Amino acid sequence: MESYLLPDISQPGKTGCTLPPLDVTPSELPPRELLRQDLELPEVSEVDLVRYFTHLSRLNYGVDTGFYPLGSCTMKYNPKWQEDIARLPGFAEIHPYQSADSVQGALKLMFELQAYLAEIVGMNATSLAPMAGAQGELAGILMVKDYYQAQGDKKRKKVLVPDSSHGTNPATAAMCGFEIHSVPSDTKGNLDLKSLHSLMTDEVAALTLTLPTTLGLFDPQIAEISQLVHGRGGLLIGDGANLNSLLGRVKFGDLGFDCVQLNLHKTFSTPHGGGGPGSGPVCVKPNLAAFLPSPIVTKDDNGYSFFSPLHSIGSLGAAYGNFGVMIKAYAYIRSLGAAGLAEVSRDAVINANYLKEELRADYHLPYDRTCMHEVVFSGKRQKAKGVRTFDIAKRLIDYGFHPPTIYFPLIVEEALMIEPTETESKQTLDSFIAAMKAIAREVEENPEILHAAPHNTPVRRLDETTAARQPDLRWRMSEEKSKL
Amino acid sequence: MPSPYLPNTNADRAVMLQKIGASSPEELFQDIPVRFRQTNFRLPPPLSELELIKELRQLSNLNANLDDYVCFLGAGFYRHFIPSVVHHITGRSEFYTAYTPYQAEISQGTLQAMYEYQSLVCQLTGMEVSNTGMYDGSTAAAEAALMACRFTHKDKIAVVPTINPRYHRVIETYASGHDLALDKTELDSADLSPDYACLVVQQPNFWGHFEDVRSYAQRAHEVGALLLVIVDPISLGMFRPPGEYGADIVVSEGQALGNPTSFGGPGLGIFTCRQEYLRQMPGRIVGKTVDVAGKPGYVLTLSTREQHIRRERATSNICTSEALVALAATVYIAALGKSGLRHIAELCYHKAHYAAQAISSLRGYSLVFPEPFFKEFVVRCPVPPHQINEALFQKRIIGGLDVSHLIDNGLLLCVTEVNTKQDIDRLVDVLRKV
Repeated sequence: MESYLLPDISQPGKTGCTLPPLDVTPSELPPRELLRQDLELPEVSEVDLVRYFTHLSRLNYGVDTGFYPLGSCTMKYNPKWQEDIARLPGFAEIHPYQSADSVQGALKLMFELQAYLAEIVGMNATSLAPMAGAQGELAGILMVKDYYQAQGDKKRKKVLVPDSSHGTNPATAAMCGFEIHSVPSDTKGNLDLKSLHSLMTDEVAALTLTLPTTLGLFDPQIAEISQLVHGRGGLLIGDGANLNSLLGRVKFGDLGFDCVQLNLHKTFSTPHGGGGPGSGPVCVKPNLAAFLPSPIVTKDDNGYSFFSPLHSIGSLGAAYGNFGVMIKAYAYIRSLGAAGLAEVSRDAVINANYLKEELRADYHLPYDRTCMHEVVFSGKRQKAKGVRTFDIAKRLIDYGFHPPTIYFPLIVEEALMIEPTETESKQTLDSFIAAMKAIAREVEENPEILHAAPHNTPVRRLDETTAARQPDLRWRMSEEKSKL
Repeated sequence: MPSPYLPNTNADRAVMLQKIGASSPEELFQDIPVRFRQTNFRLPPPLSELELIKELRQLSNLNANLDDYVCFLGAGFYRHFIPSVVHHITGRSEFYTAYTPYQAEISQGTLQAMYEYQSLVCQLTGMEVSNTGMYDGSTAAAEAALMACRFTHKDKIAVVPTINPRYHRVIETYASGHDLALDKTELDSADLSPDYACLVVQQPNFWGHFEDVRSYAQRAHEVGALLLVIVDPISLGMFRPPGEYGADIVVSEGQALGNPTSFGGPGLGIFTCRQEYLRQMPGRIVGKTVDVAGKPGYVLTLSTREQHIRRERATSNICTSEALVALAATVYIAALGKSGLRHIAELCYHKAHYAAQAISSLRGYSLVFPEPFFKEFVVRCPVPPHQINEALFQKRIIGGLDVSHLIDNGLLLCVTEVNTKQDIDRLVDVLRKV
């Protein structure tokens, strides 16, 4: 189908919705200078509208379309009942500023979710306020900042992040005014303890650590890391992006973390929405509980209500976090129970290790050890033949798969970060493995086909350079209709 | 019973473990020191789908919902009519089970929809560029204030006292990270000091009425500060867009555009501004380009601003945002179109004025502010507002926001197109009898 935009199907006088007439006597209009002269918006019929967006949806690839092994994003299947539950009027149609008496069901759900999450990660208190993982990180680092401020400790100006960390970790610490120092990884993919030893001074406020790491590895030195950080008065902050592999098996609290941020849209199976909404609760030990973002749900003889912790870092939004996402995560935990959570991590880890074993002959494995929920390969062997990881990713699309995360973590040359999740069958993995092997053969025999990939998509490789240099970020109704 | 979401059988697992060379799944967790391995997780027992839906429905029934209750509560989150097409489109799983469109060739649906979104919200606000959205209106305001500080190289933020107090608190949280100063500024007589990066105002303001924002713009610009305007997107169907009165950055809570109130989340932080700040903007931006064959297509662009590329030098740490809510807003604006959005705004305006007129003619009630307003207004009540809200609740009406801590016996009421004349008359009737 020819590509077109809303202005192209707009015609004066059309509408996509009927509205009631005014049922009260009209009032005098306000002064003219307050009023809008013209409102240039498209006018389309409901039929055209539905066909247009249905057409767009078919240009997309989601978890329901097929295998989506985007590393670090935990693209697991989202049970369909989640959508039905979240749409119940008693959840969707409630206003955040209603009296607490009139929303006891919502508050009970939040109260219990706070407790379940704290139990799952072995912490003492939870705030559900952060609206995504990165905002949960922000909450964590702001708590660190206020914690030291409350102690009158003014010298801690630095935050350490491993060189394998997510970009959000340093970006978050910078938003809180900290100096960022990178801690190298060692040859096994663990944190280099010697470097940590020398970097971890009394000027360091915290180490932010993803566990398992973004290499998909559990760092077995975690007790030593925790001891080193705490021994010099620092805090250990967890990025819980990879919690899926630890569900029902290990508690962050036991490992020495003071705070961990979770991603309900990853680990707890809420849909990713094309880039949100997410939800990024933070769970903390008693030392940070008084600093948690506001509000927290509490319970007493009169029922459930909100309160603000004594030294709270403040509010992160105009309400209480992404409640619509919390409902789905709550229901997911209730559907599984503790044993079910351990089955999730079991299958996530089996699936990742199976891919690792099946593909290690074809792709370079920079860290040859048992992995957790994801495996990171390097495309450097293929690069030597003139084919980049970028090309491999694009070729996978031709085989019907969503590509893995590429070029991350930064410490792996030509990285391919594959996270299968527990919701994929051996059959699906086998067909993915077959595609990856076929691509490895194509690198040898017919590299051109990779350079030009993908071949059968609605659009081919797009000119990103021009997009950035001459940004075209919108249409304007007043201009001619888009010429396509 | 086997889980419907764990498709492997025990036989599959056995084959896979053999291939891996492990004798049991536990062996794969060998890097976890034994003393940290846990089996004690106190969680309720698992529920089947049937039990789960029943239990969650019961929980939802403990809430007084706006389908069963008439609602006159707003203050930043609004109940507006949502055409069915909106959730039928956002309910297509090609949209809602995808993630951030990193692989453009198989994400054109999300990308093109976001290009439509950016276009539509710019048309609405009268601004030049938009990103694909922030978490909610308040964080959009906070990130906008940070952007103004980056752009002007100043570290003070001025906020007029009439913005939503919850937005003020969120700006405060974000400002504390950078140790930026945040001041409440009465602009009645005093000039704005030149060390401010921006002036934050709301139109209509938190009390629902319009302010002379044009003069704010002038005073901000005189001292090299940016004017940051928080707007109600529905008001823009009828009222002058901020782009026409000197705004440099316009942010807004987009929930009202096709999304339920959902206890305040997810929302959508609309973030639009003038072109010159483009490279300082936070968040994802979609651009139009062509593919190798010259066919038009869409990509995430200007990514060198973002955390995954720029790390500690990024313009923000934001990654996952509210794409599906932005999609709902896109479908909503497109469905209503030019005449529909204007009509909704006019319904809100006239019904709110009808209500305000009827209430202020009651003995003991008066309007607190004389200025023109849109769909919200503050009423001074003869008794503490919580008593009024309790009486209303008995009649299955959710009343306004009790603002008596800020305005003596003040009640902030909101009327939208979903409130019928009959609803309003019932409200007035209860107020009369209190």
